[in-house]
Amino acid sequence: MAEFKEISPNAPLGAKLHNWFDNRFPTLFAEYRKHMSEYYAPKNFNFWYFFGSLAMLVLAIQIVTGIFLVMHYKPDAAKAFESVEYIMRDVPGGWFIRYMHSTGASAFFVVVYLHMFRGLMYGSYRKPRELVWIFGCAIFLALMAEAFMGYLLPWGQMSYWGAQVIVNLFSAIPFIGPDLALLIRGDYVVGDATLNRFFSFHVIAVPLVLIGLVVAHLLALHDVGSNNPDGIEIKKGPKGNRWSPDAPADGIPFHPYYSVHDIVGVSVFLMAFFAVVFFAPEMGGYFLEYNNFIPADPLVTPAHIAPVWYFTPFYSMLRATTDLMVNVLCVIIALAVVLGFVKCRCATAFKIGAAVAGLVAIALLKTFDAKFWGVVVMGGAVIILFFLPWLDRSPARSIRYRPDWHKWVYAVFVIWFLILMVLGIMVPGPIFGTPSLAWLTNELVAMVGTLFYFGFFLLMPWWSQLGTPKPVPDRVTFKPH
Amino acid sequence: MSDAPASTFTPAPMDSSKRTWLIASSCAGAAGAAALATPFVTSFAPSERAKAAGAAVEVDIASLKPGEKLTVEWRGKPVWIMRRTPEQMATLKGLDGQLADPNSERTAFPTPDYARNEARARQEHPELLVVVGICTHLGCSPVDKFQTGAQPSLPDDWKGGFFCPCHGSTFDLAGRVFKNKPAPDNLEVPPYAYLSDARLLIGEDKKQG
Repeated sequence: MAEFKEISPNAPLGAKLHNWFDNRFPTLFAEYRKHMSEYYAPKNFNFWYFFGSLAMLVLAIQIVTGIFLVMHYKPDAAKAFESVEYIMRDVPGGWFIRYMHSTGASAFFVVVYLHMFRGLMYGSYRKPRELVWIFGCAIFLALMAEAFMGYLLPWGQMSYWGAQVIVNLFSAIPFIGPDLALLIRGDYVVGDATLNRFFSFHVIAVPLVLIGLVVAHLLALHDVGSNNPDGIEIKKGPKGNRWSPDAPADGIPFHPYYSVHDIVGVSVFLMAFFAVVFFAPEMGGYFLEYNNFIPADPLVTPAHIAPVWYFTPFYSMLRATTDLMVNVLCVIIALAVVLGFVKCRCATAFKIGAAVAGLVAIALLKTFDAKFWGVVVMGGAVIILFFLPWLDRSPARSIRYRPDWHKWVYAVFVIWFLILMVLGIMVPGPIFGTPSLAWLTNELVAMVGTLFYFGFFLLMPWWSQLGTPKPVPDRVTFKPH
Repeated sequence: MSDAPASTFTPAPMDSSKRTWLIASSCAGAAGAAALATPFVTSFAPSERAKAAGAAVEVDIASLKPGEKLTVEWRGKPVWIMRRTPEQMATLKGLDGQLADPNSERTAFPTPDYARNEARARQEHPELLVVVGICTHLGCSPVDKFQTGAQPSLPDDWKGGFFCPCHGSTFDLAGRVFKNKPAPDNLEVPPYAYLSDARLLIGEDKKQG
């Protein structure tokens, strides 16, 4: 235990109070210093670094508005839709709280997608930050579960049929699938039991996991230190700044420098956020879908069902996985095996092993329904993110010092992701009305997009090593202003 | 901790019987934890009330005219009862080549023996189609597309049937799924039987064997 510190009885009240607490709860001050006033972040952060703290802000908004919504909401298939309408019409300020919560859900994904893209651009997942990235991917997964289960609660048509489709995805898993889907629903169709358990998961279980993961994400980040747009390790650079002789010379204390800096980001974000809350809470049917203003009807599916925009890239990949896609995947695997035989300078045993693995993969692809592989593709699109730290082999961490054409690879990846997002919102079938273009279906384009998405990641060990990286400076690039 | 003189600490020799007991009690603890988890996991399964709710439904079909379709709820799912016209019955012939499972042989949603025919209906009233109106892909309810000919999302030689709005699966007027569509199976035929010409029982087929 640290020594008990005496303080002069004539010291100012504030100093006495500080001393009183410091003798009894020194952790409080030690942690404050570790994570705030003596956490040295690189001084060259740009606007992309707002989105981490904005994600924390949105999490806080969701928790606070959620607590108030639960005071009026009834998780009962007979009353849920009505209670949401009651919140909207009769509870004083209820509409405001609910629109903050529903806009918050979309805002969360906007912010998190941009935060992840920042990590992708500047190589923030590279050694030694692999765990920071993995905790972040787990947060993304938990967030998807949270959003999906929350979407059932208003018990509208989209809530009902969206849940029906997604829960049925699990029944596509061979052997255990149908029983698993039954355990998730707790009934033979989505019903009251499903609503109640999704409510429980949405308000208790997943938020607890989410908060735990956010804490792990931040603790791991503060252990290894923040990356920066140059991808330079400031801890390896010269030491000593005006606050401490041991701190990295290019680091500045998080508080007050970045806490104040983030207020700018928070202000701009809140302007946009409340503009949506007040003027376009439905966002033209993208944040709150029109079909969800109709109470759930287990006998009629709406003419067009689509998930909310943030799930649509993954939903497109699900729809793209038809028998055609399975055949294409078989051909790709066969080509990869042949290429490995011809090109790979490795042991024959390894080549034979790879060929056997390829044949097994093709056999499995043809054995199970395309429906199951659709689920695998959709899940794999998220799971593959976890492996990014080991897929990227570029000598330069940040996009700034990679060969210029890498920027184009990233740009094409982002464009395909956005195209998949749009395709997921649209109805399946031909994209254009003209008969001559009838072959150009939504699923066909989505298939190309899916192959590009996975190609980006799975071929990264090769393409990220190609080209000559630019010289990386010793110190971060920073212009005082 | 660190200011204690290092020399005074000598690690005790490993007591193997103590270690054996530690391992044994850890295993017992793990078994206890698994036993404790069981009631929590089983609570996810459908409740007795949900299981009991699957009772059979009786439907009056006297007023159902040719070409009309009726939807009733059975086990929370829509069941379609459709009296097909002779022209509609005629469209079922010659589709075999375009269908994924023309003879209803797949077993994911087993078709009762009495409905394993072209009309997928009992022989007493072959024109009456009784199917669960839930797509075998991901559980949406397909919509009626009885109008024949070219139209959006459907082939130009469309002869009438059902279309799933979620992922584009198409079914003929016997609920048989077309090839190269996301749905792997034909629409499910529930167990059903005729109590009389005007009364249909959905959910049980033992009455008439």
